[in-house]
Amino acid sequence: MIDLSVQIGRLKLKNPVLLASGTVGYGNEIAEFTDLSKLGGIVTKSLSLKPRIGNPPQRICETASGMLNAIGLANVGVEVFIKEKIPFLKKLNTTIICNIAASSIEEYVECTRILTQEDAIAAFEINVSCPNVKEGGLEFGNNLQAVAKITEKVKAVTDKPVIIKLSPNVSRISEFAKIVKDNGGDAVSAINTLVGTAFDIWTRKPKIKNITGGLSGPAIKPVALAKVLEISRNVEIPIIGIGGIMNWKDAVEFMIVGASAFQIGTVNFINPKAGEEIIDGLIEYCKKMSINRISDLTASYEI
Amino acid sequence: MFTVLSTVESLERLNKNTFLLKVKAPQLATAIKPGQFCNIKVSDADYPLLRRPFSVCYTDGDTVYFMFDIQGEGTRILAEKKTGDQLDILGPLGNGFNTEGDFEVAVLIGGGIGVAPFPLLIKHLEGKEILTFVGARNSEQLIKWGMRNILVATDDGSEGFNGNVIAYFQSEANKLENKKIRIFGCGPNPMLKALQKVAEKKYDCQLSIESAMACGFGICQGCPVKKSDGMGYYLVCKDGPVFNSDQIVIE
Repeated sequence: MIDLSVQIGRLKLKNPVLLASGTVGYGNEIAEFTDLSKLGGIVTKSLSLKPRIGNPPQRICETASGMLNAIGLANVGVEVFIKEKIPFLKKLNTTIICNIAASSIEEYVECTRILTQEDAIAAFEINVSCPNVKEGGLEFGNNLQAVAKITEKVKAVTDKPVIIKLSPNVSRISEFAKIVKDNGGDAVSAINTLVGTAFDIWTRKPKIKNITGGLSGPAIKPVALAKVLEISRNVEIPIIGIGGIMNWKDAVEFMIVGASAFQIGTVNFINPKAGEEIIDGLIEYCKKMSINRISDLTASYEI
Repeated sequence: MFTVLSTVESLERLNKNTFLLKVKAPQLATAIKPGQFCNIKVSDADYPLLRRPFSVCYTDGDTVYFMFDIQGEGTRILAEKKTGDQLDILGPLGNGFNTEGDFEVAVLIGGGIGVAPFPLLIKHLEGKEILTFVGARNSEQLIKWGMRNILVATDDGSEGFNGNVIAYFQSEANKLENKKIRIFGCGPNPMLKALQKVAEKKYDCQLSIESAMACGFGICQGCPVKKSDGMGYYLVCKDGPVFNSDQIVIE
């Protein structure tokens, strides 16, 4: 029997497979395709204190082995989330990580303070790296002092594990991971999307209304792996790897370079059963490699 | 909603740019309602990465029909499928046309490949009087497969009414004045916008709209369409793709 459970600081997951924020909504749609109770957990769509309607269309466009999105953090807001989404999430029998995206430090704190009272929420993922909103987002994500302050202040209002979702749009991601650690953060997730754009050559107009968007999908996997490795080699903090994972092989690669767990995102749009398939693949891999505990894979690179 | 591995039965060329794809997918065939769509993965490769949404054109026993134009890389690959190939399909998606309620005449108005969902709709409109206005740039691009009581309009006048399909409908509308009609429209946005204006406060009208999308079932939030009441957006995939004409603002 292979032990698939992993530990992200104080947070224990039954296996390392998490569904990434913004690719599972609040769980209800994807639950029609896949048994979420089999997964390590899900990270819910970024919440802000008040509802956000999101950006006007076009919000997405496909690029070579990837996609650009500028959804603009469309979400129902904290109040509706608690009233209408938590009851469903409670029934899922999987770990719920609640993602928060705000436009001010005060808003991050306020959201966490309210949501931490919900038993259904096991941990928080703080999104300081959304490239698609005018206020907040990257303004925080590439400012070391802002990340330090958000980590410290959010930690002060919750006893639950706090994961900071880092931006790849910085020169040294490990410095951000270090500042998260120094300010009491429990883990980091890396990476959020890369800023990108695409233009229509006939109209000379951007293909998405926001002009730039976040690039995701297999196209970004090598970048994500390099960022996870950089953090892993420089900072002692649990890492949740994210970026272009399409199958179990990609997932193993992330664990080898340093991830304790990983999130799958864009693949959920294409194959909503990918999470379950990856678990099956991981078990087979462990059998073949005579690995008893999947957590032994983390940072097992030979360099 | 589910994913199925279907088998290609045939691929037929209807005109220069339009294809009719028939796949064997029993589970889908029985579940689909007219106006719903499916999201098809055209290849196993990472490019094209995303599925491509297609209206369901028709169903017959275990077979599901899709009608499509070659528009980009995804549809180019789809047009090369051979009998026996497997095709990964996710569906049925969205809400279809509402064929319930009190009306005598169903007026179907389609532009270009927008006529794709009409054959299945026609099948579900048994007992109603049906008029199908079909518009295209020219006679070569007209699609008549599966339509009933066709009234043709071409932009260049090479067949039927010389002009766009909405102008043609307007010129014929007086003949329907004493009857209870319901309009079903599908086509490019400028056409739907014109139809929306014609229908305003006058006709019961449902529009099926198109949008780029990633997932097709509500999680990517990539396919917004503005609500006419100013309260944000609907998602084309989940709330649509069929809307009542007065529900949405078409850009």
